[in-house]
Amino acid sequence: MRIIRVQKEVKEEEDKKVDLSLMDAFIEKYKNVRGNMIPLLQHTQELYGFIPRDAFLKLEKETNLKLSDMYGVASFYAQFRLKPVGKNIIKVCHGTACHVQNATAITEALEEELKVKDGETTKDAVFTLESVACLGCCSLAPVMMIGDNTYGKLTGKMAKDVIRSIREKEVGTPCKN
Amino acid sequence: MKKTKVIVGLGSCGLAAGAGKVYDKISAIKNESKLDFELKKTSCIGMCFREPLVEVVDEKGSYIYGDVDEARAAEILEKHIQKSLPITEYVVKTDLFDTKDKGFFEGQVKIALRNCGYMDPESIEEYEARDGYKAIKSIAVKKIAPVDVIQTVLDSGLRGRGGGGFPTGLKWRFANNNKAKTKYIICNADEGDPGAFMDRSVLEGDPHSVLEGMIIGAYAIEASDGWIYCRAEYPLAIKRLNIAIEQARKNGYLGKNVFGIEGFNFDIHIKEGAGAFVCGEETALMASIEGERGMPRKRPPFPAESGLWKSPTNINNVETFANIPWIISNGAAAYAKYGTAKSKGTKVFALTGKIKNGGLVEVPMGITIRDIVFKLGGGIQNDKKFKAVQLGGPSGGCIPEYLGDTIVDYDSVNSTGAIMGSGGMVVMDETTCMVDMARFFLDFTKKESCGKCTFCRVGTQRMLEILTRITKGEGKVGDIETLIELSNQIKDSSLCGLGQTAPNPVLTTIKYFRDEYEAHIRDKKCPAKNCKPLLTFEIITDKCTGCMVCKKVCAVNAISGERKMPHVIDQSLCTKCRSCYSKCKFDAISVS
Repeated sequence: MRIIRVQKEVKEEEDKKVDLSLMDAFIEKYKNVRGNMIPLLQHTQELYGFIPRDAFLKLEKETNLKLSDMYGVASFYAQFRLKPVGKNIIKVCHGTACHVQNATAITEALEEELKVKDGETTKDAVFTLESVACLGCCSLAPVMMIGDNTYGKLTGKMAKDVIRSIREKEVGTPCKN
Repeated sequence: MKKTKVIVGLGSCGLAAGAGKVYDKISAIKNESKLDFELKKTSCIGMCFREPLVEVVDEKGSYIYGDVDEARAAEILEKHIQKSLPITEYVVKTDLFDTKDKGFFEGQVKIALRNCGYMDPESIEEYEARDGYKAIKSIAVKKIAPVDVIQTVLDSGLRGRGGGGFPTGLKWRFANNNKAKTKYIICNADEGDPGAFMDRSVLEGDPHSVLEGMIIGAYAIEASDGWIYCRAEYPLAIKRLNIAIEQARKNGYLGKNVFGIEGFNFDIHIKEGAGAFVCGEETALMASIEGERGMPRKRPPFPAESGLWKSPTNINNVETFANIPWIISNGAAAYAKYGTAKSKGTKVFALTGKIKNGGLVEVPMGITIRDIVFKLGGGIQNDKKFKAVQLGGPSGGCIPEYLGDTIVDYDSVNSTGAIMGSGGMVVMDETTCMVDMARFFLDFTKKESCGKCTFCRVGTQRMLEILTRITKGEGKVGDIETLIELSNQIKDSSLCGLGQTAPNPVLTTIKYFRDEYEAHIRDKKCPAKNCKPLLTFEIITDKCTGCMVCKKVCAVNAISGERKMPHVIDQSLCTKCRSCYSKCKFDAISVS
């Protein structure tokens, strides 16, 4: 059921860092458009990687949207996040084709490499590990997507290698096991 | 002499397989060497199993090269372009000689996919060069009335390709009959079925044909605005749709008095989905466009009476729209020539799973499932035993091997308990556990249930719990009966298609593979050797050479033994990770 996907509250101090004035441009654009709630939330998330509490309050003040409606929508759709995420979001596909080709092994390998569980963010906030239903690259199963890059025909080892090379670029040092 | 063309396939699967690097490599060589050829881009031709694909068109004809990496790309340029010597062993498709993959294209009829892989999807000129926008132009020039357009679509026998199978012409007629001032047309591109990517390929490969289909639809039902509801997981499709819409606006194909038809004002907007499978259901989709939680509404009133913002609305799927321009240009009879009595035309399938040639195929209705799997798909990977195909994703069901001669049409597929669905066809072999498959789909529908109807919300949860228990070896006598009872209640008591069809994967696997359920419950065995808790890994003493490989690979140190002496697995430590099993070169590890 979709409603149980409500995430943990964000700590206040993490929340205060965001610059809310960045939202002004698209608020202006969508303010009086019909059906604007989802685009407004999508743009907010694009800016901050998640929807900060203050952003909800700003939207409530400056548009015609109600806080309760926004929270209802944000907690309904899988896309929206209410807490900060890592810089790179790893989406491991668990669609039918990937499931049949053992996508579970990919998630397990990444959990081992990143030392987080599915859905969690690494301590250094470089990666968030997620499962998605289908990326639509079924003939390359198993597949994962990081940013706009898709990686196909994976093995656990290949998935780990991809992560290591990204980490090397981000942090400068490869992750040691 | 025409300039030689080199065309790189840059669809999502091509890119995932490394086509971006191949394109860059070819581009770099072109700049350095001053080789004289034209470098172009296209999208998916359907041969996903041979990606990345590079096509070379010279004065003799077209050669499509498969499995092209950077090294192979350089080789092709050197031999084929520079020395005019095609490398025949790399060619996967050409009309000039036979290739080992030619079976993949034999038996295919490309109507919805007519342009995919044959043109640059970001170029409106190339679409028009392939007769694009000709259908709507002929409607405008010949002043064909909306009712006559609808009649043509009706006569073609086209049925909703999203899975419902409702006659498209009839749907249009209902919307046309309503004389409200504001009407909408929506393209459902919220392709959420795990294991399906037909719509993505069409949108990435031929966005203009979808726009043209929508424009024709809007003309037929007299709609003023169109929406494409596309899932956000398809960034490339959204990008190409945006480009196509801009180009169409610039050419005056969208806007006021479209194609010179006085009073026909029509524009198309894109709405990005936010990740909810239930939004593929039409009333939930409209709620989502309106900016609300995507929860289905009661029908009637049907969208044709009261849909988006309470205005009459017509919703069709991507593939349906892609067929429309072809039908208008070539006539209803040309389309109805393909197919069976009640299912006309062609259907696109995403062929995936344990199949050799996975990819996108478009076949005439009436072909058998076995032909798709073996003739087009080339059979099962590693020549294992064909067990079943899964059609229709989480709403569909499994069709077992012995019903492989079932023909592909709406009614024949429905009679097996599966559904045609939107076109995901996942092939399974002897190593796929059907109970685990059912559990997988229930896990999906449980998560995606919107929570509105109690039976769908709670019932899927209970069914999942039972199935999980069974796959863990904790099944009880009577579980199968409880599953069937719950299934029927969920089907009867849910408002929308998601709940009404959610039990199908369970019901069909029980119907055709009841023995597997019983083996799990009664004997605590998984015949497909897939469900971890039911497996035991043991070393066959006679075969073990004591090479120590398994000992090294075991992450939990469950394997002990001296060099050149048979090893032993400590069952209390074994996590059943399969590492030893897959590493052993001597088949000395048994699974039971």
